[in-house]
Amino acid sequence: MSDPILAVEDLRVAFDTRDGLVQAVDGVTWSVAPGRTLGIVGESGSGKTVAATTAMGLVRGARVRTSGRVLLEGEDLLAASPERLRRVRGATIAMVFQDPLSALHPLMRVGAQIAEALRSHRSGMSAADARARAIELLEHVAIPNARQRVDAYPHELSGGMRQRAMIAMALANEPRVLIADEPTTALDVTVQRQILALLRRLRDELGMAMVLITHDLGVVAETADDVAVMYAGRIVEQAPAAELFAAPQHPYTWGLLRSMPRLDAPAGAELVPIPGRPPSLVHPPSGCRFHPRCPYVRERHRSVDPALEPLAGTPEHRVACLLSEAERRAIWARLAQGAPR
Amino acid sequence: MSGGAAGPAPLAAVERLVKRFPITRGVMFRRRLGEVPAVDDVTLEVLEGEALGIVGETGSGKSTLARIMLNLLEPTSGVVRWRGEDVTHARGARLAELRRARQLVFQDPAGSLNPRKTIGAAVADPFAIHGLLSERGARSRRVAELLELVGLDAALANRYPHELSGGMRQRVGIARAIALRPELLVADEPVSALDVSIQAQILMLLRRLRDELGLTLVLIAHDLAVVRHMCERVAVMHDGRLVEVAPVDELFRAPRADYTRELLASVPRIPGPAPGGPPGPPGPPAQSSSSST
Amino acid sequence: MAAYVLRRVLWGVVLLALVSLLTFVVFYVLPSADPAQLRAGRNANPATLAQIRASLGLDRPLTAQYWTFLTHIVLHADLGYSYYSGASVGSLIVDRLPATISLTLGAAVVWVLAAVPLGVVSAARRGTWVDKLTTGGALLGISAPVYWLGLLALYLFADDIGRFPLFPGAGSYVPLTDDPWKWFTSLILPWLVLASTFTAVYARLLRGNMIEVLSEDYVTTARAKGLSERRVVWNHGLRAAVTPLVTLAGLDIGLLLGGAVLTEAVFGIPGIGRLNYEAIVHADYPVIQGTVLLAACFVIVANIVVDVAYAYLDPRVRER
Repeated sequence: MSDPILAVEDLRVAFDTRDGLVQAVDGVTWSVAPGRTLGIVGESGSGKTVAATTAMGLVRGARVRTSGRVLLEGEDLLAASPERLRRVRGATIAMVFQDPLSALHPLMRVGAQIAEALRSHRSGMSAADARARAIELLEHVAIPNARQRVDAYPHELSGGMRQRAMIAMALANEPRVLIADEPTTALDVTVQRQILALLRRLRDELGMAMVLITHDLGVVAETADDVAVMYAGRIVEQAPAAELFAAPQHPYTWGLLRSMPRLDAPAGAELVPIPGRPPSLVHPPSGCRFHPRCPYVRERHRSVDPALEPLAGTPEHRVACLLSEAERRAIWARLAQGAPR
Repeated sequence: MSGGAAGPAPLAAVERLVKRFPITRGVMFRRRLGEVPAVDDVTLEVLEGEALGIVGETGSGKSTLARIMLNLLEPTSGVVRWRGEDVTHARGARLAELRRARQLVFQDPAGSLNPRKTIGAAVADPFAIHGLLSERGARSRRVAELLELVGLDAALANRYPHELSGGMRQRVGIARAIALRPELLVADEPVSALDVSIQAQILMLLRRLRDELGLTLVLIAHDLAVVRHMCERVAVMHDGRLVEVAPVDELFRAPRADYTRELLASVPRIPGPAPGGPPGPPGPPAQSSSSST
Repeated sequence: MAAYVLRRVLWGVVLLALVSLLTFVVFYVLPSADPAQLRAGRNANPATLAQIRASLGLDRPLTAQYWTFLTHIVLHADLGYSYYSGASVGSLIVDRLPATISLTLGAAVVWVLAAVPLGVVSAARRGTWVDKLTTGGALLGISAPVYWLGLLALYLFADDIGRFPLFPGAGSYVPLTDDPWKWFTSLILPWLVLASTFTAVYARLLRGNMIEVLSEDYVTTARAKGLSERRVVWNHGLRAAVTPLVTLAGLDIGLLLGGAVLTEAVFGIPGIGRLNYEAIVHADYPVIQGTVLLAACFVIVANIVVDVAYAYLDPRVRER
């Protein structure tokens, strides 16, 4: 793939809380190239959102400890000055959030919020020009009656339109990278389909790199080129999307695939839940972090921490698991046939 | 459109149910702009022992319908039936009886539990309300039984909701709902607020309880895939109207309504093999709903 | 909207009628001084007393007195005459009102200009010395009684008795039209003293609201857009946090316009508060009635204004 435009290298983020040090992100490395989409999958507590918001420099404060690098076009954002970060945010790298009702300012009109995004990065732009451009942007994201809607308050719009407005705002300055954090989770499934299609269209038009954070494997399957699966602050499996779904290699990924309800499963089929619950980030499990919930755990897994390693035949596919590749392939082959384990 | 075959009388039913909410505008001087029909002429039956799914998007009226079915809301017009009897305006003792027989599991496990009451008190609430099991120790024994039934450690009875995870709280909600051995259990989006890996645990728990306790289950969801795994019959709602009702296989294989087709087409597909295989003989697989969540 | 305001105004009139009735009852039914006695002075003989009573109309039945009062207000806009001085209540009020308005509005400006930056900065720099200082100062401001602060201020800064003579002392108030500079300087200490309690309360309130608002999602979005931190805090944060304060300020100003008794007393400002107090001491019922009605009027209007303003500030309230 071509040179990545955004690369996260060994990112670690910890929060100093009353209960102890919460290691939310523990050594995460991913990158995304222009025109490509990286899907980051994980549940709450996996660190997927913290990693992305840290990449935008939004996670700062006295109680936060960060290390690692976030390279945007070669420049390390974590080492950048606040002023430099401010110039980059909303212009080169933009973010779309999960719940547009709470992510948009409730007391400001939608058009004004978009205009603000424009004017804060283009010092010469007049208010009238910004407003006109805001209307154009709303039309571009397929909001009907953009001329009226530009003066609407967020609560006056439907969920789907709000999300479109937020996307319009994020893309106002034609960023080169878009991070979308669960952009469709709060939306109905029919609206979700439209929003994902919109994101794909805009990504192609602008040649953006896109990072799509979600817990929904279906969304990732349809929209992402590459996938990273996160668990307990780390990436446990990383591969091109097609490869991941054809031959997943981590027990957590198997667990997700087998516990998710699917339309192509036989009606009334059993779901196979992942036993146990997500680990504490203050006192993570020793050795392999997934071992308390893994059906294939061995003694050694309780003390040895696997690193993310590429597979022999397909180096773009990386897994952090202590089982041998051959074993894993055999297990997956059985699972795919419908065997219980 | 009615749902259900001829045969034994349905356990519960609604006939030509309508519920309208007024829309008002203005600060302190509210003028009525009009009305929204949240439920618009719905007729639906729930057969005894079945698992019925009600699917729809936001604003489809599915939650409103369920609440009217349980006498938690009064309909604008129409009839609510229980075992053939008209219970639309049931009151007093009759209503209390009906409440014992029909229970609801809520979507939000945090919001539906009183943060100031222990788990044990929450689960014992139904007994307290209906004045049952007042002999010393009987309630706490039953609470312990119920907690274990839903896969929780009985010792959790002394904890508070905030000490439990979302999945555990939802189990408590279920324990409370089945405390009085209801005949009908309505679960309103029981897993939407939960993490993916916990959703399967709760869904399989509901299935198991249904089998063990002989419950009739009405599952309300926005996720078609969930009802595919859980229900035998599915009703699809859109804008307050019942669009289609069919046995699950038929609905997914050959949907008749355009809206149903649109819904099906919108669900993103996961490629690769669909694990689970054909439904095998009963018996728990290696990983089943565990007790530690 | 017009219909809404009209309805509120009509209800306001009803409320005023109730207030006047209540005042009437309180004055005449509860034990209090006899105005005729006070007017006549000590050692008045009964004949004089009776004569004074008759002239004031105090010997007529209560209902008749009240009826006369009501008809006079409604038909002639006449609030009656002071038992004590004989002057028309209306003129007394008009004389004293500018002083109270000057005091109140000036203090309001001071407390808003002080509370907003204090509240915003202590929220944005939570936990730092700035925050601790403002919180401590706020505690002081809230707990110190206003008359004590007033006397302290005079003791320290009044140019006649103060240790560091800086400002005119008590009793130096002159109307704006007479001498603007003197008017202004004579009000500086009263403004600061009256504003101090309010500043403290509002700064703390704003701080609390701001802390909550700054942790909301839309503030994160604003930062993600690349807005300067200043814009994020002042335009996005403050705008959302300030609405409850605006309504509160409206109500407080409405109350104060009815007379800030203690401040006026300490600084010798001839305002409505002082008028009311003196009238009570002299059992001067018509004046009491007049000032109470005036205060009630201000409160009612303030409530209406505040409700309308809230809908204007927070569009979500307009529809359901």
